[in-house]
Amino acid sequence: MSKRTPLYNAHIAAGARMVDFGGWEMPINYGSQIEEHHKVRQAAGMFDVSHMTVVDIRGAGARPFLSYLLANDVARLKTPGKALYSCMLNEQGGVVDDLITYYLDEDFFRMVVNAATHDKDLAWITSKARDHDVEVVERPELAMIAVQGPEARAAVLSLLPEDEARAAAELKPFNAGQFGDLFIARTGYTGEDGFEISLPDVAAAAFWDRLLRAGVAPCGLGARDTLRLEAGMNLYGQDMDESVTPLESGLGWTLGLKDERVFIGKQALLDQKARGVERQLTGLVLKDRGVLRPGQRVITQAGEGVTTSGSFSPTLQKAIAFARLPANAGETCQVDIRGKLLECAIVKPPFARNGTVCEGMI
Amino acid sequence: MSHIPSHLQYTESHEWVSVEDNSNARIGITDHAQEALGDLVFVELPAVGDEISQGDPCAVVESVKAASDIYAPLSGVVVAVNEDLESDPALINADPYGDGWLFELEIIDADELDGLKDAEAYEESLDE
Repeated sequence: MSKRTPLYNAHIAAGARMVDFGGWEMPINYGSQIEEHHKVRQAAGMFDVSHMTVVDIRGAGARPFLSYLLANDVARLKTPGKALYSCMLNEQGGVVDDLITYYLDEDFFRMVVNAATHDKDLAWITSKARDHDVEVVERPELAMIAVQGPEARAAVLSLLPEDEARAAAELKPFNAGQFGDLFIARTGYTGEDGFEISLPDVAAAAFWDRLLRAGVAPCGLGARDTLRLEAGMNLYGQDMDESVTPLESGLGWTLGLKDERVFIGKQALLDQKARGVERQLTGLVLKDRGVLRPGQRVITQAGEGVTTSGSFSPTLQKAIAFARLPANAGETCQVDIRGKLLECAIVKPPFARNGTVCEGMI
Repeated sequence: MSHIPSHLQYTESHEWVSVEDNSNARIGITDHAQEALGDLVFVELPAVGDEISQGDPCAVVESVKAASDIYAPLSGVVVAVNEDLESDPALINADPYGDGWLFELEIIDADELDGLKDAEAYEESLDE
């Protein structure tokens, strides 16, 4: 029996096509995925992300625990409300999950982890927490709505009481705060400005309706996937998993390797760096007509690789992909699409952000 | 509820066939198929002159979601392809039975037409 979010009825009322996603019945689109995609790049769209898991880490040992658990360094979280993107690794340096951690107080951090990895994440975090003075508290009663696009923040602020709106308007990128019932974070997964809002499940449908009336378009997981791909953001389980390290996943920038801090998987990463990282996650833009998809064979001057994500980019109007390729793959490659070898440019993502195509992509 | 014109014939794999005045067969995908696929972004059509056999995968339509094979509803020789789809594959979403047609065949074996479904039988197959 698949799970439903508190917004299930709102999706059906809006004509959503529902699909199973990690055991949840979620909207894939409400008609046209491409229109939803453009809406987010050009105006404002909203996504039900209530299937994602909110986990609060409470206790005096919260910071030392996260410093050990996460590959990025929570020492970077200096002011309350600040958010940090990080991978959680196993001892071999493989990615258990990627997540965002919010620093709320010295004894209170909040993590948002993926829905599809819920069970293994909770088991992993809980087992690692045993030796630390922390409490791991899941918050299944919180729904989550991501409102994204150049007009997204204004739409949300228009619905808040005046004093809260004034304070929430001051949130800097990658910062969050509690405003009445709403936990508002200026984060997202689209490459656009906007908010991700956690709120009590019982309040979610009413808030969704108010956003609808404020002109925010409901958008499904389909548009969410093409938006994050254009924005150069990895999808767990597709672009990385426990069989690869962040160094092989375009996530070297998220690793806090420079000091003495000990964290799970650190030694494996240092060893890999010393040996040389043999595979890199990079971007592809198809020069010919066609569509790139996950799992296609890539041929480069340095050997073969494989696409991990791929789709038609509504902003570029071309096919784009992430591919894990041998180091020194050069500037072009060929992708095997149904037996035909088609020419691609090898590029560094993002492909598109903030409403527009990034430089050098077309 | 998807649109199923009564003057066309259909396959279980969601192609439609229209026998034209010149007795060629024009082929496309149904409204149900375009809706299930979502926004179409790429179409790979056979070449004019290709000889294809009933049931062969002879074209590919790709939506944002996935690639799908188109199976030849009839055997024949390709005499025309819809070149407008190259620049505007979304024509299939907007008008699957009209401007979104895929290709035309010169029919080799008219008996194959008898094996196709009429609108009513196609609609029933959707309900199953």
